[in-house]
Amino acid sequence: MKLKPIFAAISVATFSSGLLAADMAKEMTIVSWGGAYSNSQIKAYHEPYMAANPGFKIINDESSNEAVAKLRAMAEAKNITWDLVDVEGPDSQRLCDEGLAMEIDFDKDLAPGTDGSTPTKDFGDSLINKCFIPQIVFSTTFGYRTDVPEWNGKKPEDLCAVFDTTNFPGKRSLEKRPKKNLEWALLCDGVEKEKLYEVLSTPEGVDKALAKLDTIKKDVIWWSAGAETPQRLADKEVVIGSTYNGRLFDVIEEKKQPVAMLWDYQIFDFDGWIVPAGLPEDRKARVMDFLKVSTDTQHLADQAKYISYGPARASSQPLVGKHAVLGIEMAPHMPSNPANAKRFLVNNIEWWSNNEDEMNKKFEAWLAK
Amino acid sequence: MEQIQTLNGVPLKKQIARALFKQKMRALLLIAPLLIFILITFVIPITDMLLRSIDNSIVSETLPQTTASLETWDPKAAQLPDEATYLALYNDLKLAIEQKNHTKLGTRLNYESSGMSSLFRKVGKDVSKMQASVSYKEQFLAADKAWGDLKTWNLLKLYSPEYTTGYFLAALDMKKTPDGIEMLPESDRIYLNLFARTIFMSIVITALCLLLGYPIAWLLANLPMRTSNLLMILVLLPFWTSLLVRTSAWKVLLQQQGVINDILVWLGVITNAGRLELINNQLGTLIAMTHILLPFMILPLYSVMRTIPPSYMRAAKSLGATDWTAFWRVYFPQTIAGIGAGAILTFILAIGYYITPELVGGTQGTFISNRIAYHISSSLNWGMAAALGTILLTLVLVLYWVYDRIVGIDKVKLG
Repeated sequence: MKLKPIFAAISVATFSSGLLAADMAKEMTIVSWGGAYSNSQIKAYHEPYMAANPGFKIINDESSNEAVAKLRAMAEAKNITWDLVDVEGPDSQRLCDEGLAMEIDFDKDLAPGTDGSTPTKDFGDSLINKCFIPQIVFSTTFGYRTDVPEWNGKKPEDLCAVFDTTNFPGKRSLEKRPKKNLEWALLCDGVEKEKLYEVLSTPEGVDKALAKLDTIKKDVIWWSAGAETPQRLADKEVVIGSTYNGRLFDVIEEKKQPVAMLWDYQIFDFDGWIVPAGLPEDRKARVMDFLKVSTDTQHLADQAKYISYGPARASSQPLVGKHAVLGIEMAPHMPSNPANAKRFLVNNIEWWSNNEDEMNKKFEAWLAK
Repeated sequence: MEQIQTLNGVPLKKQIARALFKQKMRALLLIAPLLIFILITFVIPITDMLLRSIDNSIVSETLPQTTASLETWDPKAAQLPDEATYLALYNDLKLAIEQKNHTKLGTRLNYESSGMSSLFRKVGKDVSKMQASVSYKEQFLAADKAWGDLKTWNLLKLYSPEYTTGYFLAALDMKKTPDGIEMLPESDRIYLNLFARTIFMSIVITALCLLLGYPIAWLLANLPMRTSNLLMILVLLPFWTSLLVRTSAWKVLLQQQGVINDILVWLGVITNAGRLELINNQLGTLIAMTHILLPFMILPLYSVMRTIPPSYMRAAKSLGATDWTAFWRVYFPQTIAGIGAGAILTFILAIGYYITPELVGGTQGTFISNRIAYHISSSLNWGMAAALGTILLTLVLVLYWVYDRIVGIDKVKLG
């Protein structure tokens, strides 16, 4: 991989004389999350693009969870070895703020929707900043075991079942960070959805949220990797837990475990690509070409054949079909499906970019108590 | 006194010095590749990283005119800066926005005060609309009330200097205010507690390793070759297994629905409702880390014990010593060098451990390195990570010095 810039330099030096301005690199490195998620991208985007461009190669790198730190280190060393990086919305915001990601002209760089709408309109709310090219909508939500004898046949029907250890005793699995947990705690402490961040912006509001979390603290096992909750649910280690909806789909539909979804107040997030700032022209041209093709209406809809995350484009929604292997209809498993999205939150990137450091400190101090 | 001279008339002293110098140079040349390698890959990057813990040049580089103008501003007067400072701010920001540096500065200042991140992101749009005909002070105040808040200006003044103690203070749960240095409120303190926990648990892990490793090493050194080789493989096998695999194996064993709890319930030692919590707490970290670091204790012990002739123990016994006296007065003192080496190796490895505490430590069993990792890869506050790292390094060096005074580092032997 280190040799890549050299190869690129050689190829430019050798062929630059007789070539057009649209000369494009012969290979590119795409960074993503690995596992089922990378697989869905390879099937939906990489393979079709490579088939259409013989002689072109995509190198897969699975470093997305440390992408921000690595991109900063690469920029400091002035040696960018990545061409396209898959990150979550909040990370894209930081990369954009730090000038590590390239700004995109959405209407020029991306394809219009098949219904004729401009990219800006088609992607709509998912365009959270100038650098982020959204692919999917995912959500963080709860899954619970359906066979807990202590529950006496009761089923959790809303979010507050998580905080209700009388009716739903047993261990819970929550993410070891303040984000999302504080919001859920306040919602179940009687705070209205519209006032959430107003309340959280006051020290009393944070104390209130932590006090609510205190009521279940001894029943919580904290997770830091998305795969932990599904594993714990399958092991009967916990009875209810939060994680990304695609992971729960995997446990329920593919692994056939006695687990069900609790969609109430799921928190939506976007995942998408950023292009590192400062790429040489030939590599940039290649990336932009790949992006234009891969984010069109049909390609975005195709990814949902392999994983239960919803496409970020409005025009892709009607094209979501059946799972490529399981053959089940995917629409009911999408976070954005109306039946699942009766009540929801959207990750408040702006508020968290300001307050994450401080909240994290308070949360860590609370955890250590 | 007359100088002794060599045959060619040069003073002997000089000649010897020259010869020695040549020899030294030749030696230096021989180790040069290694020396340069260490310098480039180790010393320079680490120094660079450590310097980040005091580096604060981003504020004065992004806002040179503003910081200069703030030098004469007195925060104690509780008055907003004058129009000239706002003009300086406008000029600085205009340039910073062109180079897209304003959001970087916002990120930096947000470490000190929440809200700076979006204030500076927003100012990008505000500045482009400002006109020279109206007072800049009024325009800034109209754009965002934070620009009319003394806190914002206090912060800018506090962090104007090129170097800051801010990161180190934060790493010690303290904070800078215009009135001096203060401890953070109780609910925000985390690092001091974490440092104490890291050291305490590392000591316990080292002690556990010694307790478990000593008999094994003795067995290895005293059994016949064939059996001891087999045992040695058993010690080394986990050593060659991936760290993550071993840690995950502990998860399977220790969790509440795990193998150990299942067996205890089956044996009737505990009830189904009273399953033990063996993981996701300090106990989990202690068990998993002791297991992982055990070879580092056993190997130096073993290599030292191998060199102790069995005849010493026999001699002690034939002179009338009991088993215990023979062990304690004759055998044990000879193994101190191995204990010293094993203990320091285990301790230093334990104090910087990160992945195992993260996976099995829950909330009470994590180390300071977990926070360093968080600041490196998640919050991107590298200054903070560097400060924590520097403190940890200093702590290790201090402990090493204490250790040298008590045990004596020259006595430590690896074999």
